[in-house]
Amino acid sequence: MQQAETPTPGTEAGAQSSAELRTQITFKDFNFYYGKYHALKNINLDIYHSQVTAFIGPSGCGKSTLLRTMNRMYDLYPEQRAEGSLLLDGQDILDKSIDINQLRARVGMVFQKPTPFPMAIYDNIAFGVNLQERLSRSEMDDRVEWALRKAALWDEVKGILKQSGMSLSGGQQQRLCIARGIAVKPEVLLLDEPTSALDPISTMRIEELISELKQDFTIVIVTHNMQQAARISDYTAYMYLGEMIEYGVTDQVFIKPQKKATEDYITGRFG
Amino acid sequence: MDLLKKRKLLNRIALSLALLAMSFGLFWLFWILWTTIDLGFASLSLKLFTQMTPAPGSEGGLLNAIVGSLLLVSLGTLLGTPIGIFAGVYLAEYGQHTWLGHITLFINDIMLSAPSIIIGLFVYAIYVSQVGHFSGYSGVVAIAMLVIPVVVSATTNMLKLVPDSLREAVFALGAPKWVVISKVTLRASLAGVLTGVLLAVARVTGETAPLLFTALSNQFWTLDMNQPIANLPVTIFKFAMSPYKDWQELAWAGVFLITLGVLSLNIVARVLFRQKHRS
Repeated sequence: MQQAETPTPGTEAGAQSSAELRTQITFKDFNFYYGKYHALKNINLDIYHSQVTAFIGPSGCGKSTLLRTMNRMYDLYPEQRAEGSLLLDGQDILDKSIDINQLRARVGMVFQKPTPFPMAIYDNIAFGVNLQERLSRSEMDDRVEWALRKAALWDEVKGILKQSGMSLSGGQQQRLCIARGIAVKPEVLLLDEPTSALDPISTMRIEELISELKQDFTIVIVTHNMQQAARISDYTAYMYLGEMIEYGVTDQVFIKPQKKATEDYITGRFG
Repeated sequence: MDLLKKRKLLNRIALSLALLAMSFGLFWLFWILWTTIDLGFASLSLKLFTQMTPAPGSEGGLLNAIVGSLLLVSLGTLLGTPIGIFAGVYLAEYGQHTWLGHITLFINDIMLSAPSIIIGLFVYAIYVSQVGHFSGYSGVVAIAMLVIPVVVSATTNMLKLVPDSLREAVFALGAPKWVVISKVTLRASLAGVLTGVLLAVARVTGETAPLLFTALSNQFWTLDMNQPIANLPVTIFKFAMSPYKDWQELAWAGVFLITLGVLSLNIVARVLFRQKHRS
């Protein structure tokens, strides 16, 4: 885990050509079902290391479903199942033998609505770390501070770490959830519409945060907001009715989309 | 404008009916409370807490009955609460869509409204008549059986109120299911579960029928739970039905004590629940 403390300048233009990039996650002939309903159809997709990848598309297109396959969140619901292959660093995570708790420690997730645990701010962060590793008290203090600093929340909460996480504002709660997610030092961070419940200022802070975090983590974000995708992502995938319509470098997708359907959606003619 | 007048009139009629129904209910409630306080308060004295239940005509108090009741209720709650919480966790977190879960939930609903005399007779049949004598332990079992369904339904309902998004967030950190339940979802519903336990205690404190067939009663002091043991409800039952004036007064004092206890338990439960939910 590299720890870069300085933000890179011009993160919006940070997309490099895919030749130099390491592929971290690969979907191959991937299909997903809610019971009989075929929700994701033949998805083929490479997600690159240390890049921000955005999934956009109208409601019900399957973008959240796709996101939730990467940490096998769907395992909680017996009627949902996936077919095909989904590789994380070359290893198929759909394989039955995968330790799912370990997988989720490697692939963190932040949800649409802030979900602080009913415990102190400090314990919110320490909770996930305690599941994966044994740290001494002072190591844990350092880890909590590190995570809160990364999530740009430290200055606001350093004096109230014993206070309940529920007592924070919505934007702070969401940054607490991000801090909680990165405290376990995952390789990938999944963000499921992380700003849709927040006001514009909190949204801006979280967008800035995402651009900084991508130095350390591969980030995949689902968003309803196309401007947001354009602002913060390096790669964008446009989905419609469970199919991957277009995927490429964000600037390309927004400025010169290859498909008519993508153009219609991003120009607001549809959706 | 005519329509507005009509609606206002209808509103007034509905409101009056509702107020009438409410005052009818409250009237009896307050009458009961008033009688309890009026008759019970008059017979209240320090002797209640220092002396044993007397023979008719002699001086005495309710000490053995008070201590017996405290013992029976606390041991019964201690026995019933963990069973109820575990069963509630099963129903809410594991058995939701299984046939066993459905059946258990259904049976628990029946248990919740089962007349307590049936519980008393049941424990009499499987315990008291087997060992051949009444005992405090059998009373504890009967009380636990009344506590369990209340705690089960409180736990289940409170756990179901925990949003799935919170559950998913814990799973997303790589937590195994037992950690999710013990560290987060149960914790999130702790206030509600505790309220359920307190309400269960409030309910069983005044139960007479299940104790009549199990703990029975005892004129004398005992802490031996294998013997019949004195308790407030059965003592009240016995003393109130007696022709002796001093026994009747003691019965009213006991009624007053129980009412006070149940009332304060309910208030504590409410305050606790509200405080937890505000923060």
